[in-house]
Amino acid sequence: MQAYILRRVAQGILAIFVICTVTFALARVSGDPLNVLLPEEASEEQIALIKAEWGLDKPIHMQYLQYLGKLFRGDLGEAIAWPNSTATELIVQRLPNTVKLSALALIVSGVIAFPVGVLVAIKKDTPFDYVGKLFAILGQSAPTFAVGLILMWIFAVQLNFFPTSGSGGVEYIILPALALGYYNVAALMRLTRSSMLEVLDTEYVKLARIKGVPEWKVVWKHCFRNALIVPLTYFGLIGAVLITGSVVIETVFAWPGLGHLVIKAILFRDYVVVQAVVLLFATAFVIINIMVDVLYAYIDPRIRYT
Amino acid sequence: MTAVQTATDTILEVSNLKTYIFTRAATVKAVDGISFNLKKGETLGIVGESGCGKTMTALSLLRLVPRPAGRIVEGEIVLNGEDILQKSEDEMRDVRGRQISMILQDPQTSLNPVFTIGNQLREALGIAHKENKSSMLSRAVDALRKVNVAAPERRLDDYPHQMSGGMKQRVVGAIAMSCEPGVIIADEPTTALDVTIQLQYLRLLKEIQAETGLAIIFITHDFGVVARMCDRVAVMYAGRIIEQGEVRDIFSRPAHPYTQALINSVPKLEQSVDRLYSIDGQPPLLSNLPEGCRFAPRCPYASDQCYEEYPSSYQLADGHHADCWALDADWQGTPIEEFVPPTGTAG
Repeated sequence: MQAYILRRVAQGILAIFVICTVTFALARVSGDPLNVLLPEEASEEQIALIKAEWGLDKPIHMQYLQYLGKLFRGDLGEAIAWPNSTATELIVQRLPNTVKLSALALIVSGVIAFPVGVLVAIKKDTPFDYVGKLFAILGQSAPTFAVGLILMWIFAVQLNFFPTSGSGGVEYIILPALALGYYNVAALMRLTRSSMLEVLDTEYVKLARIKGVPEWKVVWKHCFRNALIVPLTYFGLIGAVLITGSVVIETVFAWPGLGHLVIKAILFRDYVVVQAVVLLFATAFVIINIMVDVLYAYIDPRIRYT
Repeated sequence: MTAVQTATDTILEVSNLKTYIFTRAATVKAVDGISFNLKKGETLGIVGESGCGKTMTALSLLRLVPRPAGRIVEGEIVLNGEDILQKSEDEMRDVRGRQISMILQDPQTSLNPVFTIGNQLREALGIAHKENKSSMLSRAVDALRKVNVAAPERRLDDYPHQMSGGMKQRVVGAIAMSCEPGVIIADEPTTALDVTIQLQYLRLLKEIQAETGLAIIFITHDFGVVARMCDRVAVMYAGRIIEQGEVRDIFSRPAHPYTQALINSVPKLEQSVDRLYSIDGQPPLLSNLPEGCRFAPRCPYASDQCYEEYPSSYQLADGHHADCWALDADWQGTPIEEFVPPTGTAG
């Protein structure tokens, strides 16, 4: 088990290194940063000055090494569009908000999706199942921003239960978390349902019934743990879904998190901040995946030994 | 029907059992009116091609026909004097495991991969015995020892994937027998095992049977295994038992043309042939059964009557009877010349 975890962590570090390189390259090919830093009528001297200030006069591989060196010391660079702040400061300000939102969204989706997925599987081809399927299809096909806007319209505008947008107390986080979580509920529930159905059909479930195990125990002991393997893998992907989803949802609900920050940074062409946030998202993605893999090995003993 | 037996001797009595599977397109008559008896300590073989309803018969006996599509539509299954078809689902849980149990075909898939052997065994034992942890543990060790698992104490913490197929099938056997049921259904328990392991496993079942007086229903398509294991045999074709009787009678004087053909298609060591014998044609679809005898289209002796009306059952000897129009009262023995009973492929 330890060797397995070490191997996964080493792979993760390699992946993060590749991500650094790719984000760096993408930031360079997406346009000359000078166009953003300087007005069009800037003189040669000004250009040279700015180039020297930002280290852009050096050859690209030197810039890359410098970027890596700074990263290694934990320095993500000076923000261009936010004077007097570093990218790190900006991220540290917004990160807690995004973590709160994503965590709540994750809890919302897990708490709803797993039990409902199991229920619709054991009630296959009954009204339960049809309603569940409809709910799932809606969640998967409706874009998160649309779900967000609909929730906002119903619960904030019409019913006045929650504020429409912004940040403050608990009431501000509920609608965005529901909107963000719903997409995952749908997908997770469908996955739980289909893998439950598969597991319910296996020989070991038949044997459990043959030996006289009560049906609730057949479902929750023999099936659930086996059926969890597939949706759990998907939990890794949820990291990505939450990140991309949070970019949209944070914008819709004006929630001051990283998604909100990165959208602003893109509008202001602040490649330093964009680069930093993308790197952070990617790193989070890698870490979530490693955690899922470890959990996966814990649940399914066959993985530990291969 | 077989000869009348004393009620105390008979542990299981199945009469006119019909299990149908209802699909959107058609009704599949997987089990279509079968009757048989099983005595304590007896082994009944159920033989037939794949898809003839053997496994569905087994699942019906446990009331575990896949729902909602499958349903037992008619008949009686009297186990230990009670018709289990009248029981509620709650009552059935006391029947399964304790009165009747089953060993499944494929040991590779019949154990839950995420729990240890000990966990699954203790769970089965716990259904009949509610005791403290250490006594359950020793019960589990005993159960493994009974099925000849070496070093059972150490095996309890193993996961199924750490065991060989033969070992797993022993564990499945131990689980099936953990609550000391009177009847065990063994659904082709050795087909997925190596030939050398097969024989060991069959011997083990016989030993346990001799010790405990267990009645076994042995489902197989291997006449060699039947010869080795069974006291009586029922031959199934397209959802019905077309012939049943003592193994001796069936092998020496098979009456139904299908039984004859089946026995003939077992290759014999002492005879060299250019081509192995096989029965022409396919069994009928269980969703679209012919009016008359289901074997008629493939039968060399078929007459017009065979296509029109299902044959009545002929009693040929005590407990030996077959459904075939070609049989009549003065039938004397096998029409197949130089017939040699097979000596068994598992040995």
